[in-house]
Amino acid sequence: MPFSAQLINLMAALLLLIAFAMLSQRRILSLIYLFAWQGAVLAANSVIVAWSTGQTHLYYSALLTLALKAIILPWILHRLIIRLNIKWDVETLINIPTTMLVGIALVVISFNLALPVTQLAGTITRGTLGIAIAMVLLSFLMMITRRKAVPQVIGFLAMENGLFFAATSTTYGMPMVVELGIALDVLVGMLILGIFFFQVREAFDSLDLKHMEKLREE
Amino acid sequence: MNEIAFVLGIPLFGGLVLAFRGGRPGAAMLNVLFSLLTFIAGALLTLRVVGEGALLAYNEMFFVDSFNVFLVALTAFVSFTTALFSRPYMMNEHHHGKLSARMLRLYHSMYQMFIFTMLLALLTNNMGILWVAMEAATLTTVLLVSLYRTPASVEAAWKYFILCGVGIAQALFGTILLYFAAEKVLGAGGTALLWTHLNAVKGELEPTVLSLAFVFLLVGYGTKVGLVPLHNWLPDAHAEGPTPMSAVLSGLLLNVALYAVVRSKVLVDGALGTRFASDLMMGFGLLSVVVAAFFLSRQKDVKRMFAYSSIEHMGLMTFAFGMGGPVATFAGLLHMTVHSLTKSAIFFTVGHAAQKTGTQMMDQIRGLADTNPTIGWGLMLGGMAILGMPPFGVFASEFLILTTAMRDQPWATPILLLALGVAFAAIFTRVQSMVFGETTAQRLPHPPALIPVFVHLALVLLLGLYIPPYLAAWYRQAAQLIG
Repeated sequence: MPFSAQLINLMAALLLLIAFAMLSQRRILSLIYLFAWQGAVLAANSVIVAWSTGQTHLYYSALLTLALKAIILPWILHRLIIRLNIKWDVETLINIPTTMLVGIALVVISFNLALPVTQLAGTITRGTLGIAIAMVLLSFLMMITRRKAVPQVIGFLAMENGLFFAATSTTYGMPMVVELGIALDVLVGMLILGIFFFQVREAFDSLDLKHMEKLREE
Repeated sequence: MNEIAFVLGIPLFGGLVLAFRGGRPGAAMLNVLFSLLTFIAGALLTLRVVGEGALLAYNEMFFVDSFNVFLVALTAFVSFTTALFSRPYMMNEHHHGKLSARMLRLYHSMYQMFIFTMLLALLTNNMGILWVAMEAATLTTVLLVSLYRTPASVEAAWKYFILCGVGIAQALFGTILLYFAAEKVLGAGGTALLWTHLNAVKGELEPTVLSLAFVFLLVGYGTKVGLVPLHNWLPDAHAEGPTPMSAVLSGLLLNVALYAVVRSKVLVDGALGTRFASDLMMGFGLLSVVVAAFFLSRQKDVKRMFAYSSIEHMGLMTFAFGMGGPVATFAGLLHMTVHSLTKSAIFFTVGHAAQKTGTQMMDQIRGLADTNPTIGWGLMLGGMAILGMPPFGVFASEFLILTTAMRDQPWATPILLLALGVAFAAIFTRVQSMVFGETTAQRLPHPPALIPVFVHLALVLLLGLYIPPYLAAWYRQAAQLIG
């Protein structure tokens, strides 16, 4: 196995580790740091892929990822939790060891799901698609098991990271115009959510989503 | 070419202008003006495409054929009439102290941006940009759903954001898989996601990957269509947001999302050569019709009830496109048009009725025909139209869908008939009790704009009685494209 492929696998392993760390994290601030690290590793991965395959557009994509996902979004989140004066720990609906076990099962499922696509892919990164799908599913699990608004949003953003990783591992990234569009959507979405957190707190006096039980079909 | 620039440029520019001036007294009129200009540009584009056939523009970035140009015309038209309706409606809300000038500014700006994202989704040739535009359409409307800042509306907006966000993330994965398959045939780079290029080589795309991609695309865009079981956000967002928003969400956004599904289906059908995509769409469609019909009969809030009715009709269209073939696809396209016109007309009347009575609870709305005959009869006629009573256009399209189902999928017909019957009984009794009887309604400070209601209903009536030959030819052409 060439050296670059080993590096890429290392990055993928790191991403999976971070995904699990996020799942097990109880403190909101650490969650944001982990999210920033995830962005940084994603960017590093893009650089390695770009360098080993000669896909120059991936350098721009790496720069975009680094700026947006490792710096701007975590910074906005950080500012938000200071402005909103959030200090509490993350509450989960299911206890964390159980969540981790479910997470392990999800990883196994992801690798099975990735298998037919992996066999067809010719990219150096094809082995990592399973991890990309696992990242998406683990973020999804995080969104389901968290009850407060901010961790749910971090889960949502982590899911987007997983999809980005999937794009890099199957096809060396989407066309640049699409990637720019997606980045714009993510940024605007984050800004809107920032406004939205204040609305949620104003309406419910807290960011705890358990208060959101008015709208139900009886 | 230039028409495309105008169709997209006017709402984008309007959104920017209204972001600064949207709270001023004349802003609502400005909103109408921008929508009118967009509609004129859309009409010119339509004339051109009808005259000259499909066109590719700006480096193949945009693609217009008879399928999407009819949706562009419909979107531009309904957004114009909704802007007309929105003017007195939002002024009344402002007068009642429900909305501040700042909220109106947000509303007007986002209204134009929302129209822009839908038109972009329709006109783009790039499946990736289609995704970006669909996601942007969610983003522009989230803050509008929570415009009133009540706990229920904030909750509805949160649900809308999270469910549609997660849903549309699935569609992104589907798009990645599509790109993966396309890249093998078309080579890497920008052209591999262009729909026209994909359509040209659809037979060579890897079937396993494409079937997997379609599942994700259907689930993703299907969330925005409101297909059961991904529909949870839809009734809440419709009930809690301002009524002009409910009208454009139901009348336009759901159509655009279904458009994305159908565009993907064309590619997948070509690659697979089986009925895989059709069967999936028929299944989701049928489930939506049945579940929505039964939920519909249990609603107390009038906007929620009509939101479920939208799910039912979107299900019916998905079923029709799933069945495929010239007649069913023709019926699906016709149903898209008439449902969009009728449902927005209903929301216009419902909006004013709710303002007059100060409630959205159906058991407290009574005797609309007494105090304001135009609102009352508008709702009555709209109700009749949406239930598929002849001679309205919904009858024509539902009749075509049902007869095709009898021929091609006989097992589905009784299920469809049962669901339509349940929906009929529910809506008919509710609408009747709201329109007739003793009244509780009050006068509004700003007289409602009811011309759009009757224009829409007249068009639906016209389409039921007589489809002009050029329009029929146009639908047939579009149906042929979809297959």
